[in-house]
Amino acid sequence: MFVIECPWCGPRDQSEFSCGGEAHISRPAERSDMSDEEWAEFVFMRTNAKGLFAERWNHAAGCRRWFNVLRNTSTDEILAVYRMGETPPDVSTGLPATPCGEAEIGSGNDAAKVMVEAADGTTNTRDTV
Amino acid sequence: MKDYSFLSLVREGLRGHTGWPRVWRHPEPKQSYDAIIIGGGGHGLATAYYLAKEHGMRDIAVLEKGWIGGGNAGRNTTVIRSNYLYDESAAIYDHALELWEGLGRELNFNIMMSHRGVLNLAHDEHEARDLIRRVEANRLNGVDAEWLDAEGVKAFCPVIEISKSARYPVVGGTLQRRGGVNRHDAVVWGYARAADRLGVDIIQQCEVTGISMKAGAVTGVETTRGTIRAPKVASVVAGHSSIVAAMAGLRLPIESHPLQALVSEPIKPVLPCVVMSNAVHVYCSQSDKGELVIGAGIDHHLSYTQRGSLNIIEEQMSAIIELFPIFSRLKMMRQWGGIVDVCPDASPIISKTPVKGFYINAGWGTGGWKATPGSGHVFAHTIVHDEPHPIAAPFALERFTSGALVAEHGAAAVAH
Ligand SMILES: Cc1cc2nc3c(=O)[nH]c(=O)nc-3n(C[C@H](O)[C@H](O)[C@H](O)COP(=O)(O)OP(=O)(O)OC[C@H]3O[C@@H](n4cnc5c(N)ncnc54)[C@H](O)[C@@H]3O)c2cc1C
Ligand SMILES: [Zn+2]
Repeated sequence: MFVIECPWCGPRDQSEFSCGGEAHISRPAERSDMSDEEWAEFVFMRTNAKGLFAERWNHAAGCRRWFNVLRNTSTDEILAVYRMGETPPDVSTGLPATPCGEAEIGSGNDAAKVMVEAADGTTNTRDTV
Repeated sequence: MKDYSFLSLVREGLRGHTGWPRVWRHPEPKQSYDAIIIGGGGHGLATAYYLAKEHGMRDIAVLEKGWIGGGNAGRNTTVIRSNYLYDESAAIYDHALELWEGLGRELNFNIMMSHRGVLNLAHDEHEARDLIRRVEANRLNGVDAEWLDAEGVKAFCPVIEISKSARYPVVGGTLQRRGGVNRHDAVVWGYARAADRLGVDIIQQCEVTGISMKAGAVTGVETTRGTIRAPKVASVVAGHSSIVAAMAGLRLPIESHPLQALVSEPIKPVLPCVVMSNAVHVYCSQSDKGELVIGAGIDHHLSYTQRGSLNIIEEQMSAIIELFPIFSRLKMMRQWGGIVDVCPDASPIISKTPVKGFYINAGWGTGGWKATPGSGHVFAHTIVHDEPHPIAAPFALERFTSGALVAEHGAAAVAH
């Protein structure tokens, strides 16, 4: 469960918020001459980043205002909170070493475990960290 | 390798189970293959198996970054049904259900397939109307479906409270008798063993980190264990679909969310079927060990951490107690999460891509387990012929440009 810092109300439990998905997708200005491909890109296609991700949250059971959050989706670490219309601040965080890999600290993933083969041929798993 | 049989079980029982051979090999990756499947979940292994069995391909590798069945295949609640509203969905999910019916025998592996029936409850008149519409649509598609009134629900599943004063009164429900549950690990291991026997190399601890391409065509993959060449590469990586697609320069309409499930302490048999409720939003079945297996909806934020938030579990628990007050004192033993790849229309993508020789099977979201054999079967055809199998055709990536979505959100009852 996240503790999210609402810019107006301060730190609150995640259950008070609703998530609005990827941030900074702006509605196209020239709508009349857009192709189907451009519409598909705007309406449906998403970055779905593993790692640094900018998203919108709404303090639905609080002040009901929207704001942006920078989060590491491979660990769920919240790195920054900033207001609508602002650009994301610079942050640093531990990212997976490979695109589909796991961050060293904070990933809930069993895939970070490695298989070890015993002398008798049986395989087992153990944590890398 | 030996077939499993009653006789082999007796023989091994008498010698202390010392003679069982290894179930699949652990080969080193070769430098090249005719086809590479990325992802050793249920769908990836099924794809490799049908490529080998139905299409005579033998030179195939399945590359898995962790261990096979360690993703959603090993984390799902195995609800199987095919009572989807739209023709396209009914076709693929019922194709899968037909394959499930004979799969244990075909793979010579006990997948513990139990056609115990799936009950979808209606709690008000509006929901009843929707569900009856779905029953009629299912019947037109040859999918078995029945409407039960409240007494019928009670007769089929006596533990359900149907009193009119219940918080969510049960006015009736749909029943798919062929639906049910099976054993997730057994399916993974059964497909792996059968594919391995046909010569497929299953390579674990091998993460794909790049897709190699030349002149718009795929030439192989980069992995944590070196470069492997292949003229055909198929991505079947569930929660990581967008990341692998991006390696080929493609963007997908998918978002990855945690989906949680939990099991209770084991109790005596009490729940003879799968019970799902849209309005209360929870579903439940009882495993052969006696544990109640309980699932619900996704965590709404995007994440790759295979764990969800506690408030979702709380909602899930309050929903199950609304539905079954008698479960209120059960202790929950385990909870876990998987990362599900959700498409905007709640339907999968089984597709060729703009990159020649690169294929995608993704977007099964919260409900792809039930489709495993059907998905692998039609995807293998799509890969071999470089043309979509007729059942796969409506699920092509182009539908997000053309607008011909298969909008199963809501239409198909709770999405599992
Ligand atoms: C809690 C939960 C409950 C569910 N309940 C149901 C249900 O009741 N009924 C139902 O029908 N469906 C259900 N589902 C959905 C179902 O589990 C999935 O739709 C389905 O299992 C996905 O296909 P798969 O088995 O191939 O996925 P996975 O098992 O996730 O396979 C994908 C594999 O790809 C591997 N991989 C990823 N990236 C790479 C890479 N770069 N290189 C190599 N390998 C890689 C992963 O490690 C993983 O093993 C549930 C899911 C969850 C999480
Ligand atoms: Zn607030």
